[in-house]
Amino acid sequence: MLREMCRSFADTELAPNAGKWDQEHTFPAEAVKAMGPMGLMGVSQPTEYGGSGMDVMSYAIAIEEISRGCAGTGVIMSANNSLYCDPLRMFGTPEQNEEWLTPFASGEKLGCFALSEPSTGSDAGAQTTVATVDGDHYVLNGTKNWITNGPQADGAVVFAMTDKTKKNKGISAFLVAKGTPGFSTGKPEDKLGIRASGTCSLIFENCRIPKSSLLGKEGEGFKIAMKTLDGGRIGIGAQALGIAQASLDAAAGYAHERKAFGAPIAKLQAIQFKLADMATKIEASRLLVWRAAQLKDAGEPYSKEAAMAKLHASEAATFCAHQAIQIFGGYGYVTDYPVERYYRDARITEIYEGTSEVQRLVIAGAILGEYK
Amino acid sequence: WPSLLFDLYPPPPQAKRMRALVAVKRVVDYAVKIRVKGDKSGVETAGVKMSMNPFCEIAVEEAVRLKEKKVVEEIVAVSIGPKQSADTLRTALAMGADRAVHINHDGILQPLAVAKLLKAVVDKESPDVVFVGKQAIDDDANQTGQMLAGLLGWPQGTFCSKLEIADKKATVEREVDGGIETVSMGLPAVITADLRLNDPRYATLPNIMKAKK
Repeated sequence: MLREMCRSFADTELAPNAGKWDQEHTFPAEAVKAMGPMGLMGVSQPTEYGGSGMDVMSYAIAIEEISRGCAGTGVIMSANNSLYCDPLRMFGTPEQNEEWLTPFASGEKLGCFALSEPSTGSDAGAQTTVATVDGDHYVLNGTKNWITNGPQADGAVVFAMTDKTKKNKGISAFLVAKGTPGFSTGKPEDKLGIRASGTCSLIFENCRIPKSSLLGKEGEGFKIAMKTLDGGRIGIGAQALGIAQASLDAAAGYAHERKAFGAPIAKLQAIQFKLADMATKIEASRLLVWRAAQLKDAGEPYSKEAAMAKLHASEAATFCAHQAIQIFGGYGYVTDYPVERYYRDARITEIYEGTSEVQRLVIAGAILGEYK
Repeated sequence: WPSLLFDLYPPPPQAKRMRALVAVKRVVDYAVKIRVKGDKSGVETAGVKMSMNPFCEIAVEEAVRLKEKKVVEEIVAVSIGPKQSADTLRTALAMGADRAVHINHDGILQPLAVAKLLKAVVDKESPDVVFVGKQAIDDDANQTGQMLAGLLGWPQGTFCSKLEIADKKATVEREVDGGIETVSMGLPAVITADLRLNDPRYATLPNIMKAKK
């Protein structure tokens, strides 16, 4: 039922508009606004804090279907759910959750997650944003880069160094509201894909926040970030899956219609092999995403599986989108058909929320740990 | 002593809140390309996507809107069909129906049989208004609502594109060949929903959770 509802919403409200949002670089405000009351902005968040209380498996299915309609909308949803709401749910106090989780899980407000900086991406421990104590306030100084939902966000989970001497263990997490003096956003990035999603820098210049804005304990920031990203990988894996599935759907449909050498190209083995490879990669990715979701739902360790899911699904998305353009031929290269957008949307899935290289490190670390 | 007082001062009668019965049908999804079975005995339904009839969705939506306006207190959904019709009923629950009744039946159903079964449900549930879709997209019969009204001896507002309920009366705008016709009838009545009556809502995740239970 959940899959039906999301698919129906994606088919009716997202897919027909995705091309326009991509070309005009517009944030799908009305669609996102509708998704709040539907419960999609806090799928797995507790009902007492505005969420829908569903399991991670349901979340993965929902993200895949939404992303199949519009990958930009998918990442807007995923960033709010996994990157903003989850750390609050895991590390927030009841008071913090009342103020910072409930309105965001219900979709009334939009959240974002600010870890990356202009010179800090994969090397997440090298935070240059600092938070210094001043009485009963923290003062934030620094810049965050590539923040999904940045231009529209009402609240942000921001990571900053509170103790440089402790390196990773000197990073803390903070909650910052839009409009706080000293907190501003940079101009939205002009991206290759997922253009419906707004991305920008967050700039902190002597931004004073009350001590109650500390999420978790001082020094817990790196742990919070890594735990959050583990779950975020399931979301992005599902988003990549949606893009890959959309590519396959478009290509297979086209193969039946396009004629060459006297018959639909679906009759040609070259095309059949491409479709078979695409479909197999999608199935494998889907099972990896579902396995990670299942483990997380069971409360078991799932970092390795989540990394595998994100790695495999993102590479599958690029492969499927690439092949889809190939099957469409010249028509795949123009904006009249959606496959060129899938190709551009897919590319980022191998980069954000941990590059494919970082995913491989996480997986290798887990494997080597098993064989010690 | 206290009980005597109670009899002398009975509590004021509460305005009776209404119950709506909505009949929904499980049909081949509107987007599916219909194919005839090899032996020509019927339409291929194996492995084919099935959904709630679009006009039934509109009927459920209208009942839910009346509940939100506090005109209706309880919505009971009913479906006659195979065991998978329970899924169709769950969708009705997820949209806002309070209870669901499933009459289990495998095989083809004709409108008169459906109308007779629905009458039995009406006799049991005593709704003030019955909503059905104007027709099902598999047989396009456009008969069940009318036959049900006839069996019950109730007024009917068919092809309804606008509905107002107040003071135990229903004012129905009907889309007919000549344009829009407005009729007024007392309740209880049967209303059949037409396309432009409303735009059905998406089920929300919390409601889907509740419906699963």
